[in-house]
Amino acid sequence: MPTRPPVTDWGSDFDHLDPAWTDNPYPIWDELQQKCPIAHTDRYMGVYFVSRYEDVRAVALDAEHFSSRAIAIREGRPPVVPAPPITSGPPAHSAQKKLLLPAFTPDAIRRYEPQTRAICRELLEPIAGRSSCDGAVDYAQEIPVRVIAAMLGVSPQSGDLFRRWVHEFLELGVTDRNAMERAVAEMRAFFAAEIAERRKTPREDLISFLAEARIDGRKLDDEHITGTLRLLLLAGVDTTWSMIGSCLWHLANHPDDRKRLVAEPALIPTAVEEFLRAYAPATVGREIVKETQINGRQLKEGEMVMLSFPAANRDPAAFPDASRVVIDRSPNRHAAFGLGIHRCLGSHLARMEITVALQEWLAKIPDFAMAPDAKVTWSAGQLRGPRILPLVLGGSMGQQS
Amino acid sequence: MSSKPHRLAGPGLLRVQIDRERCQGHARCVAVASELFRLDAFGNAHEIGDGTVPAGLEVKVRLAAADCPELAIAIIEKQGA
Repeated sequence: MPTRPPVTDWGSDFDHLDPAWTDNPYPIWDELQQKCPIAHTDRYMGVYFVSRYEDVRAVALDAEHFSSRAIAIREGRPPVVPAPPITSGPPAHSAQKKLLLPAFTPDAIRRYEPQTRAICRELLEPIAGRSSCDGAVDYAQEIPVRVIAAMLGVSPQSGDLFRRWVHEFLELGVTDRNAMERAVAEMRAFFAAEIAERRKTPREDLISFLAEARIDGRKLDDEHITGTLRLLLLAGVDTTWSMIGSCLWHLANHPDDRKRLVAEPALIPTAVEEFLRAYAPATVGREIVKETQINGRQLKEGEMVMLSFPAANRDPAAFPDASRVVIDRSPNRHAAFGLGIHRCLGSHLARMEITVALQEWLAKIPDFAMAPDAKVTWSAGQLRGPRILPLVLGGSMGQQS
Repeated sequence: MSSKPHRLAGPGLLRVQIDRERCQGHARCVAVASELFRLDAFGNAHEIGDGTVPAGLEVKVRLAAADCPELAIAIIEKQGA
């Protein structure tokens, strides 16, 4: 990525691709929340950054002024490629989402739990005997691609391909339109072949389901199906991969929390909610389609808004002791999965995967810590999670625990 | 906004109600109090029965309301008795 002009002021010239933001955004967000709750930048043709919980909520619930047709902040505003239902608004959104919801309820997701557990165990088998590993590369990144591949009914060997698309679409694609368009074209071709195959021989998977699905009695066109599949793939991979990585990163840095979860595995689901609060990976964009005011600030039509659910989750006005991770926090009204009609479709899938991933890891590798002088690499852009996470395991950690 | 102290009500004095327009299927209420809430085929929550909170579940129902990201759960204190 080419060097970007340095940020002069976070309140009036922020850049979510700035290395300081990528490395550790929390001090920046804390400062913005206190001093400039609705920040702005002229970069990316004009973007506001909304960080307070109440403001994020107000924007998320207002489809009249804020459209979901563009949800990614990109240089130069390339034409939007629809991925229903996330890029849809009322009234079309409701039927599009309703079609998918039954496949993603907590009960429906429970069917994938044994398979997810088997995937985690298979990944842990070669890791557990070692003295070190990369928690992101060897474990976190492998789980969501295999689970979503199983749900879609595509080859579990496609992990590298899926991750390359995620990287090109969500990271490189912010500044490199060719990379974004290449990923879109490749995904379209990939799914077109899969859809054609399901039309000949339907199977028990989500692609077969979408190939036959109807809204108001009419079959979905191929553009709709491939858009939805692209959404399921992209949103199902990097988010959960980021969260599992962030959980391991936290536990590697907080031995007391790690030991408590090893001793009290029943606390893991509650801890997962707190990790979702503290390390929510996804910041979602909206396009301002009608001038309006939020928290006293005029927002210009045509510009974008970044809805920082991750920052909102650390707003002291909404959460006591907001900057501290409290693994038995309750209640916990976090907004990691968004608010309003675009509540993450895959939230129960994500919860299941993160919980199972932690249960299996802690059962097999109760002792681990950051590798000495570890250089953790974080993804850049609207999705935050560790991409390189060097850990030392078991007895090799010596006096570190 | 969440866990403000509440006076303990007698059995059957609390009723819980979900705002169908607000509920988006986060399903936190069911995770916290499956005795009081159920999910429909789309994963949206409904109160069980007429929403009367049985004795002993007063704390749980407050927690479910405090956990709901959409502020969709109302707790109604019944009059009289």
